[in-house]
Amino acid sequence: MSEPNAGRRPILFRGGGFAPTPRRAVPWIVFAVLIGLWQAASSSGLLPPLFMPSPAAIVRALYELWLDGTLMEHVTASLKRIVPGWIIGTAAGLAVGLAMGIFSSARAAGLPIVSALFPIPKIALLPVLILWLGIGEPSKVATIALGVFFPTVISAYSACDSVPRNLIRMAQSFGLPARDIVAKIVLPGAMPGILAGFRISASVALLLVVAAEMIGAQHGIGAFVLTAGNLMQTDQLLAGVVVLSILGLLISWGLGLVERSALRWR
Amino acid sequence: MPLHIEKVSHSYGAVEALKDIDLDIADGETVALIGPSGCGKSTLLGIIGGLLQPVAGQVSLSGPPPADSLNPFTYIFQDFALLPWRSVAANVALALEHRRLGAAECRERVAAALALTGLSEFAAAYPKQLSGGMRQRVGIARALVVRPAVLLLDEPLSALDAQTRELLMEDLLAIWAREKSTRVYVTHNLEEAARLADRVVVLSRRPGRIREVLQIDVPVAERIRPEHAALLIDVHRRLWSLIRDEAATAEREILDV
Ligand SMILES: Nc1ncnc2c1ncn2[C@@H]1O[C@H](COP(=O)(O)OP(=O)(O)O)[C@@H](O)[C@H]1O
Ligand SMILES: [Mg+2]
Repeated sequence: MSEPNAGRRPILFRGGGFAPTPRRAVPWIVFAVLIGLWQAASSSGLLPPLFMPSPAAIVRALYELWLDGTLMEHVTASLKRIVPGWIIGTAAGLAVGLAMGIFSSARAAGLPIVSALFPIPKIALLPVLILWLGIGEPSKVATIALGVFFPTVISAYSACDSVPRNLIRMAQSFGLPARDIVAKIVLPGAMPGILAGFRISASVALLLVVAAEMIGAQHGIGAFVLTAGNLMQTDQLLAGVVVLSILGLLISWGLGLVERSALRWR
Repeated sequence: MPLHIEKVSHSYGAVEALKDIDLDIADGETVALIGPSGCGKSTLLGIIGGLLQPVAGQVSLSGPPPADSLNPFTYIFQDFALLPWRSVAANVALALEHRRLGAAECRERVAAALALTGLSEFAAAYPKQLSGGMRQRVGIARALVVRPAVLLLDEPLSALDAQTRELLMEDLLAIWAREKSTRVYVTHNLEEAARLADRVVVLSRRPGRIREVLQIDVPVAERIRPEHAALLIDVHRRLWSLIRDEAATAEREILDV
């Protein structure tokens, strides 16, 4: 009676546990639901508009700021501080950080100073910088440059350290001169670490520009957000915050593009 | 180019790695260095090629290195040591770029080395796209492109699986049949030593000393012939009996690293 296959049972699948699977729609749905709930709470009068304006009110404020040109005026004012500040801080930080990564004497000289100054919140130096450079643009640019300088130094020299020793030995074994070892092994090998450091320094720059503008500026997103708060224009205030988050996203997207094209070999 | 290793000793701080190594290597000879792991094989190879300064003793050459050799002592590494941001051809060219060669000669030499190692169609590929065996072929091509006088191989096949290792061993033998250089081949694989070497130097466990030198009289090219199978097995057995106890003791040591 018994079939040859009788009594066979398939083995139960029990793998696959916590393996991440792509769920592309989920983030959008969560986003939409949260904003929907927020809007519903505002429309039903649960959230007082003075303390928490509705999403629709924030979008309207953004649109009006865009129409009358104030938005671009403030964004431009902020960018005019971030861009030169970040470039100066990055250039100086790379020069010092790479020197510390490559030359032991530069490291011995620089490391104690950098370690001592790195933890200072750079915004605390703004008053001194204002004293030295005046209340105008240079003191704000200098604050950003200082804030960008230290993390860049640290990421540049640790990126040099992370270049595999065996590659340097290989280059020495083929008789490459020191200059070529730096140009062909150390710098390209340090590139991923340096670019990762750019993400940190860009967020530092954004933070410091807002703080500096809150302390003393007529224009710029930080000044705008502060004024809106003082005037209880909460919708404008939150519109400014939205602009900041969009700015942050754009910066990180741009850095992502740079990383993907510079590190295509990975 | 005969090589003379005289009374070489080396220590890393308090750790004695090598003690009183004396060895002469004849021109064109292939010497295998075997011994338990940690016995100082890589250290000795580093000293021979000038990457490490021995604490005592010296390594010398008789006669000038051949005029056409761009880098007389050239390594092939266990971990390949390829630059991941350079293509295969550019990795090989790295060994030439700082030498006084025309761009055309550079290209020709790279192309010839790639052809010799069967990599011509992979010239534009990046290391991460290649299998382990192909990556080590790039390492071999990079070494050949400078026409080495002494090839220093540090466990070149140890990172590869058994089949790939067999294939690459055949390739190395084919290349060596055409290209004359002196070779020092570090391995812990007895079969590689028995197949590739004219002479096998057995090191004791740390601090490494020369325990035994075994000459294999059958020419390397003829070793795969069936009539020599018994001899190879015998060599293998003798090598194993020499290092078995050392390996067992080394295995049970507590590592102080
Ligand atoms: N840079 C180093 N610093 C300290 N100890 C080392 C260093 N390199 C190797 N050693 C030690 O020296 C001994 C010999 O090492 P090595 O030559 O790499 O051995 P092998 O290649 O035979 O495995 C080992 O015990 C190792 O731990
Ligand atoms: Mg080793």
